[in-house]
Amino acid sequence: MNKIIKIGYYLVMIVLSIYFIGPIYWMIISAIKPPNEIFTYPPVFFPSKINFKNFVDAWNAQPFALYLKNSLIIVLFNTLGQVFSCTLVAYGFARYKFKGRELLFTILLATMMIPWDVTMIPQYVLFKALKWIDTLKPFIIPAWFGSPFYIFLLRQFLLTIPKELEEAAAIDGANDFQIFLRIFIPLIIPAIMVLIIFNFLTCWNDFLGPLIFINNPQKYTLMLGVAQFRGLHHIEINKIMAITTIASIPPLVLYIFAQRYITEGIVSVSVKG
Amino acid sequence: MRIKNKKEYIPFLFLMPWILGFLIFTIGPLFFSLVMSFYKWPIVGKPVFIGLKNYSDMFKDPLFYHSLKVTFKYVLWYVPLNTIFALLCAILINTNYKFTTLFKALFFLPTVVSGVAIAIVWSWIYDKEYGILNYILSLLLKIEGINWLGDTRWSVFSLVIASLWTMGNTMLIFLAGLKGIPKELYEAAYIDGATWWPRFIKITIPMLSPTILFNLITTLISAFQVLTLALLLTGGGPARSSYVYAMYVYHNAFRYSKLGYASANAWIMFLIILILTLILFKSSNRWVYYEGEK
Repeated sequence: MNKIIKIGYYLVMIVLSIYFIGPIYWMIISAIKPPNEIFTYPPVFFPSKINFKNFVDAWNAQPFALYLKNSLIIVLFNTLGQVFSCTLVAYGFARYKFKGRELLFTILLATMMIPWDVTMIPQYVLFKALKWIDTLKPFIIPAWFGSPFYIFLLRQFLLTIPKELEEAAAIDGANDFQIFLRIFIPLIIPAIMVLIIFNFLTCWNDFLGPLIFINNPQKYTLMLGVAQFRGLHHIEINKIMAITTIASIPPLVLYIFAQRYITEGIVSVSVKG
Repeated sequence: MRIKNKKEYIPFLFLMPWILGFLIFTIGPLFFSLVMSFYKWPIVGKPVFIGLKNYSDMFKDPLFYHSLKVTFKYVLWYVPLNTIFALLCAILINTNYKFTTLFKALFFLPTVVSGVAIAIVWSWIYDKEYGILNYILSLLLKIEGINWLGDTRWSVFSLVIASLWTMGNTMLIFLAGLKGIPKELYEAAYIDGATWWPRFIKITIPMLSPTILFNLITTLISAFQVLTLALLLTGGGPARSSYVYAMYVYHNAFRYSKLGYASANAWIMFLIILILTLILFKSSNRWVYYEGEK
């Protein structure tokens, strides 16, 4: 009886694994297939040879190097901004008692519920007035003002640190900002890592933001470029899959190496909250 | 907490970035959006005040009702399926069998992939003639040639299946919830002779109910805003059968240059989400069990 349950269990797990991993395998396989093995019935599961030319052709079909550069600029300066602002704000919420703190924090959490559709239109008008359309500024500057999700995440970590620590430092004559920078920042490095990884994924994968705020191909991000490429080359499936694979590699590799941080981040935000 | 009598402005110095950002990029736009909804507001040209006309036009627009219906159809399929499926996966991982860590990693992997890649990969999987899905279905179940993306009966469901692929976050939250249930409860039930099903209904579900509520609310909010997948996978078609509400808002704003009208659309969406979330919260008194209360 136990053996039957065990076999059944692993059968279910294998079927589920195929559902989750199969599409990724299929994307990579379709990208490396020689052209004559793409439109076949039954489909070819194991290509006869690996055709890396698809990757080179797809990459050179559009200025993807430029799009990559734009994406990397956004990732870098957006993340710097988030780390700067979210650590400060989270520290303010976690380590001080002041009038209106609970109310402000509730407001912070409530803003996570506002649908993007409501704020995106006035933001477009604002960015247009500031002449930010067709620049990378809409994806960088707002990050320097923090984001509720990360503030919440860092606050959860900061709350766990005993208060004796800052009292001792205050006695030694350190001011508030020194205590924050020299004592607390080193202690929350793991939480900052979680922020950096999440933010990399968010910025890298963003599509709707660039779709609305960017019209000039010179300022396309990689994801926007990939989405447009699909429209232009809809018959050349292997090239589309090649460029999609390239764009998916950084998140996948990051996940494989930083799995623990991602898991911890999701769990700490939901459960401790 | 600091005990000493500190200067009171110091915490606000730390909060300053968020307070400014909240005013400029969140609450400012929120109110501005409400103001815009009373204007005829083209992308290029001068806005004109028209009072409630955007709202009265909207309630006469058949596409408004249609797209709302499509979104509700998507939400009604996706939210329950996502919750049940993610819970099932979490339960399967939360066992004593070998390789559960590996399975957890595999199940979560698609969640880090971008919406653009998901749409592109699934549109190839769904391909009517050369798609791998139809091949597998014909092999296993002898079902032939479903036109996943080109058939009005299937288009919304195709979006749901592709969305379920990235249920990783919901799964991990359930998993953490399951791990938080004290083992003693199960042991006591085991001694009482309770089998798998009563243990699940009497212990797992009540102990997990706060997590279920959290997941339902976050999934509901995101499901109402689904856009990337609809834009890139079905394009809202065929015959607008997958024309979700967020696409209606997006098209009104940026294809038809009716920013005021689209703002009115967006506010209706906001209200619907708000009302549904409140209903969920209100109903939670009846079915969510908080340990330590009573």
